[in-house]
Amino acid sequence: MSTHEDVLSSENLPHEPEKATLEGKNKFLGFWFFLGGETVLFASLFGTYLALKNSFGNAEHATPSQELFGLELVFIMTMFLLTSSLTSVYAMYHMKNHDFKKMMLWLGITVLLGLAFLACEIYEFTHYYHEFHHTFTSSAFGSAFYALVGFHGAHVVFGLCWIVALMVRNARRGLNLYNAPKFYISSLYWHFIDVVWVFIFTVVYLMGKVG
Amino acid sequence: MKGWMGRFRTLFLLGALALFLSGCGNPYVSALQPKGEGAQMSYDLMLISLAIMVLVVIVVVAIFVIVMVRFRQKKGQEDYIPKQVEGNHVLETIWTVIPIILLLILAVPTVQYTFALAETEPEAQAEDAEEAEDVLWIDVTAKQFWWNFSYRDLNVTTSQDLYIPTDKRVYVKLSSGDVIHSFWVPTISGKMDTNPGKNENEMFINATEEGVYWGHCAEFCGPSHSLMEFRVIAVSPGEFDQWISDMQEASAEDTPADTVAAEGQALFQQSCMACHAIGASPAVGVGPNLTSFGTRETLAGIEENTKENIVKWILDPESFKPGNEMTGNYVVPSKEDAGKIAEYLLTLQPSEIGPDDARDNEYIQAEPKEEEGEGEENTTEEESTEESAEEETNEQ
Amino acid sequence: MSTATAKKRGFGSVLWDYLTTVDHKKIASLYLIGGGFFFLLGGLEALLIRLQLMYPENALIGAQFYNEVFTMHGTTMIFLAAMPLLFALMNAVMPLQIGARDVAFPFINALGFWLFLFGGILLNLSWFLGGAPDAGWTSYAPLSIYSPGHGVDFYAIGLQISGFGTLMGGINFLVTIVTMRAPGMTYMRMPLFTWTTFVASVLILFAFPALTVGIFLLTFDRLFGAQFFEATMGGNEIIWEHLFWIFGHPEVYILILPAFGIFSEIIPVFSKKRLFGYSSMVFATVLIAFLGFMVWAHHMFTTGMGPVANSIFAVATMAIAIPTGIKIFNWLLTMWGGKIRLTSPMLWSAAFIPSFLLGGVTGVMLAVAPADFQYHDSYFVVAHFHYVIVGGVVFGILAGVTYWWPLMFGKVLDEKLSKWTFWTFFTGFHLTFFIQHFLGLMGMPRRYWTYLEGQEFETGNFISTIGAFLMGVGTIILLYNIIKTSVSGEKCTRDPWDGRTLEWSLPIPTPHYNFKQLPLVRGLDALWIEKTQGNGKMIPAEPVDDIHMPNNSILPFVISLGLFIAGLGVIYRVDSNAAYIAIIVGFVLTFGSMLVRSVKDDLGHHIHKEDLEKEGAEVE
Repeated sequence: MSTHEDVLSSENLPHEPEKATLEGKNKFLGFWFFLGGETVLFASLFGTYLALKNSFGNAEHATPSQELFGLELVFIMTMFLLTSSLTSVYAMYHMKNHDFKKMMLWLGITVLLGLAFLACEIYEFTHYYHEFHHTFTSSAFGSAFYALVGFHGAHVVFGLCWIVALMVRNARRGLNLYNAPKFYISSLYWHFIDVVWVFIFTVVYLMGKVG
Repeated sequence: MKGWMGRFRTLFLLGALALFLSGCGNPYVSALQPKGEGAQMSYDLMLISLAIMVLVVIVVVAIFVIVMVRFRQKKGQEDYIPKQVEGNHVLETIWTVIPIILLLILAVPTVQYTFALAETEPEAQAEDAEEAEDVLWIDVTAKQFWWNFSYRDLNVTTSQDLYIPTDKRVYVKLSSGDVIHSFWVPTISGKMDTNPGKNENEMFINATEEGVYWGHCAEFCGPSHSLMEFRVIAVSPGEFDQWISDMQEASAEDTPADTVAAEGQALFQQSCMACHAIGASPAVGVGPNLTSFGTRETLAGIEENTKENIVKWILDPESFKPGNEMTGNYVVPSKEDAGKIAEYLLTLQPSEIGPDDARDNEYIQAEPKEEEGEGEENTTEEESTEESAEEETNEQ
Repeated sequence: MSTATAKKRGFGSVLWDYLTTVDHKKIASLYLIGGGFFFLLGGLEALLIRLQLMYPENALIGAQFYNEVFTMHGTTMIFLAAMPLLFALMNAVMPLQIGARDVAFPFINALGFWLFLFGGILLNLSWFLGGAPDAGWTSYAPLSIYSPGHGVDFYAIGLQISGFGTLMGGINFLVTIVTMRAPGMTYMRMPLFTWTTFVASVLILFAFPALTVGIFLLTFDRLFGAQFFEATMGGNEIIWEHLFWIFGHPEVYILILPAFGIFSEIIPVFSKKRLFGYSSMVFATVLIAFLGFMVWAHHMFTTGMGPVANSIFAVATMAIAIPTGIKIFNWLLTMWGGKIRLTSPMLWSAAFIPSFLLGGVTGVMLAVAPADFQYHDSYFVVAHFHYVIVGGVVFGILAGVTYWWPLMFGKVLDEKLSKWTFWTFFTGFHLTFFIQHFLGLMGMPRRYWTYLEGQEFETGNFISTIGAFLMGVGTIILLYNIIKTSVSGEKCTRDPWDGRTLEWSLPIPTPHYNFKQLPLVRGLDALWIEKTQGNGKMIPAEPVDDIHMPNNSILPFVISLGLFIAGLGVIYRVDSNAAYIAIIVGFVLTFGSMLVRSVKDDLGHHIHKEDLEKEGAEVE
């Protein structure tokens, strides 16, 4: 192992290229730990949200969650994100089979679905602003809502940038032992974002609609 | 619970500890010289926990000293290698189990007292409507850096000096007008935070001896946190009743006899009334209520209440309490006018009852309501003490 | 690579080397210097506090300034002194103890350090930019929201940046310990310091995100008009207390567990005995960490949570005394039957036991909720946590630094001076804090700028101040010792204390790849086993071969610098639009560097077998 060629070569990849090197294993494990921390982060935000849900004090604009949320759009958003999680699974499936082109194709679809989700979210937020004056500063409920959903949205943006950067960087040289772990953990991140959204959909929107 | 503690306290260690600790501090500040129901309960627990802990410390330190003396490497032993012991299951079990037992012993009274101290529903416990009506609630509001006390349904408001009757649970509802403060009268009871907004707290205080007790703000609240002192003036029930009825009479319209003070009153009404109320004010004022200012134990909780100090305060409150809300929010009067206002403020003595009545040994029973005779009043009181003692035993 | 070339280099290249280093040993030195600097700063702040409280109604410093000083004392000591100093020891020792050539994420390790440093600098810049934070290290809302000026903004942004660094450091340690142990180094053969590093890192991982969120909310409220803590707009200030203590209580264990680890290394070495009850020590460590997450609300007994919550948290808190007690007895029994050498590291460790014991028993007393109504926010609490944090953590750090100083810097600190430091610091410590228990019980609340006459607080406070200065003297002696040893101390080459663990099997100075051949570990106290059953040297687990090492990089520094600049921009955004330039520049630097890191291949380099054999010949 006196040169780096074998790490950067696209030939003769092992079955699980993402975990074949020590660096890859470390990244894989470290990222799981990181996601553990992220879980606490979102748990704290969920806790804050639940404590401040529909809490307006003397705020001027006070639309309770039942009137605020419309489930149709949110349902579409959920579908976008859930599907994108599935497509990223396909991408990783092809990575394990060393089919770089198909992996890129499915990653591309994942990114498109993510963008669609983001577009919906931006529309949703502007809708709340124009129709209900429900903003980050309008009340404690507003602050808590945008902090939680906004943090998730920021994660989506970061995840998209990350996946796109990886795709662009490696478009020409294909899969190797060096970039396989990078692809793999970016897809882990994407799954995590998806799981968080499932909770947001349930806790914020469904429970918000019910009461 | 008290009887149980009484027996417990006779234990030598507890007795010695109590003797040692009760020498500590000023009798009107120290938590170690309890003169209230809550403080006594906290103190009892302190003694139990301290006794257990002293026991633990003695054992550990004894082992420690033996080890340090016996097992030092002496000259010529440099090459000696002691036996490499891995552990000992018996020993390890012992020092796991014994602490568990000790903590269980401690946990039981902890939980009991936690619930006992959280009693804040006197109306629900009252036997009849009359007793329920007798319950005294005081709404305490903390603001940077002073205290407001409103006697609920009695139309009495005061600041800084909190008058309470002795030998009776007085219920306080604690809230804040700005940041979080904490209401603490160490000699009478442990502390409770005053939170802004919806998170209001309730607790009871019960002074068992007359006296003028120091109260502190115990939650850091800004520059003058350390100067946010107040006094609890615990007077006998009769004196308290008189104080309440005197305070109910007080009004901002009463004109003082002295001409200088009368001029001061005019100035006060012109410039100070916007923030400082005299007489009962239903809402918490911008500044402290000054109804009984002339009888205040201290000026602003910290200085001697003299004309000189009052004038200084009016001219430059910042030099007394940095960061107070008054500085910069009023037109500073001339020194002469300030003197007149001070003169007026010192005449505000609506009641005969003052801090001195808490210091004398005179104990006046509450006037019996309606036709009941004094003897009867005494018996009812005894009964109620017995009852509460019984209640406590039941809780055990 | 070799030491010979290192000596020839000028100041500029040494500086560049440290700015770009990813070597855990050099990062350890950086942490030590950074943490040490902030420790001195926090100490000066402590002396100011004690001077102000020396007399009743003293007006040496103003109320506002006093509040800034004690806020910064607490914040600095916890986040910028104690944690970095422990990180210094973890970085210096842990990889060597498990027989690793490096940490799992050298780049992230460096990033963690630079984030801590820039966060700390940002926080302390507040002194020169209109006043430091003044809401206490706990920064309870809404006081922290209403606090005028930018002080609390510096607190929020500074801690946020250094908090990211801590989180990354924690993840790095975790992965290193899981994946990079030498052959034969099973979990139950790991030295206790490695174990406590592992457990403390788990705590960091799960506790710090709560602080991150808390600080975000604080920042949003102060700088972006959010209403989380504003009661009139529906906000709830108690959320801050919960978030802060969900982080804050595990934080105590993040600090104390590594200190426990240090003592568990030193006591066996200087008693010449294996650690008594190793497995129960490991078990106790894990149990403390686990319980540490369910007791946060014992900081809030007086908040008004009601008797049910208070009782639950009281009993849960008491439970922590059990594993801690197990540890104390294990240490005592390790010494029992041993041959104790009272060197300075051992003095600190021995003194730790009774000192920490007092902090521990007052901890149980504080758990008794109804009694805590009296203790809470009084000097009793101040005494308690200083007994735990100074008597535990600071003693541990000083013990560890003296013990591992030769490993890090190739010289043993002057023993005589070290013992002077010990005796002055130890005496000063008890003089300062023991009396504070009584001050609290006598009714003195904490965070008081001054106290009125006539409450009988005078004597206690005066004694306390004298003690504080004695601690100051001890620290000055330590500084003098460090300078003296660096200038004229004798070099040591290997294992000065007759150590038992792997780090002492290495030559001093340790080569940057640590182990030429990875060692084979045959049991707990790997080196001791070889000393008593072998020839005193570790058995290699592999033939000499090429060693793969990471490349240096300036990116961690730039990423942190970017966040620092952006942080300043965020703070001043409300004052001037020009601040947006800083925000943009900062984030471009940060995210730009991250992008560079992501797209640029960084495969590290190899040290060739032939060079290793040559160097090996030189050393022998």
